[in-house]
Amino acid sequence: MKIELIQPFINAADAVIGETMQCTAQAVDVSMDEGVYRKTGLAARVTITGDIEGRVIFDVTRDTAAKVAVCLSGSDAPPDDDLMRETVCELANLVIGNAVTSLNDQGFRFKVHPPEFHSSEAGLKGSEDTEALVMRFDTPAGSVFMNIAMQYHHRRRQDTQFD
Amino acid sequence: MEQFRALVRAQDRQPVRYLVVDDSIFARKNLSRIIEAFGGQVAGEAGDGCTAITEYDRILPDIVFMDITMPQMEGIEAAERIVHLHPNARVIMVSSVGYQENIVAALQKGARHFVQKPVKPELLYEVVKYVLGEDGIAVEPQEEVNGESVQ
Repeated sequence: MKIELIQPFINAADAVIGETMQCTAQAVDVSMDEGVYRKTGLAARVTITGDIEGRVIFDVTRDTAAKVAVCLSGSDAPPDDDLMRETVCELANLVIGNAVTSLNDQGFRFKVHPPEFHSSEAGLKGSEDTEALVMRFDTPAGSVFMNIAMQYHHRRRQDTQFD
Repeated sequence: MEQFRALVRAQDRQPVRYLVVDDSIFARKNLSRIIEAFGGQVAGEAGDGCTAITEYDRILPDIVFMDITMPQMEGIEAAERIVHLHPNARVIMVSSVGYQENIVAALQKGARHFVQKPVKPELLYEVVKYVLGEDGIAVEPQEEVNGESVQ
């Protein structure tokens, strides 16, 4: 996966987490993964289609989700499961929406689908012959994981080979 | 959250009425909190474009906050249909996906403005004030109690 596809996600995560949680998010670990993705806590998946196709999984521990939910909802009451799920989906929506905005400005055209809560314990294969990039961000509320599996759409990929 | 000077309708000094359209309950709650800080009233909510059209017809709000990426019918199409039926509708797109094409498409279909998520309340306040134009005025919170005249 090319850095031009990855950097917007790092920038967006940093900006969105900073803006919504009023804190800094530091990318502390980046690795490649070809295996089945297994979530660490509560995970939301956003599918992207178009010039770039694939999916991004946004994954946080329950403890982190609870802290973020309290922070974002402005309520002191302990969040229930629904609110925590909504929080993870909305955070995913914000980060990925901002990242694809940046990618679109670079000339990529695609469609972002609504976030889906990923509840299966069985694991999730990204897409055929696509390795995933796993990033961990540390925030005062805990760790946030992003698992990005994307590739150029065939037509676009052929175009870029001739660039 | 910062408290703003209440935005009320110029014609009757009643709180501005909003329709909040977003498939995320969390996002709707967040926008509702912001509306409260603006001194407004959430007149209705919808989780997709189809429901938004029905709700608009039912409650005839002063302002619509419309997400873009939603199931069933997306926000830009819903905005177009609402504006087609109600040419004076004031639709403000509120979406995390803020690239140029989306903004232009939304404005061409009749949306009045575009605000990217995460929403900054102070920015959204200025946008609402701008979109309301002469139909809205900002008053001190205590001035708009019971919709009484404030001058």
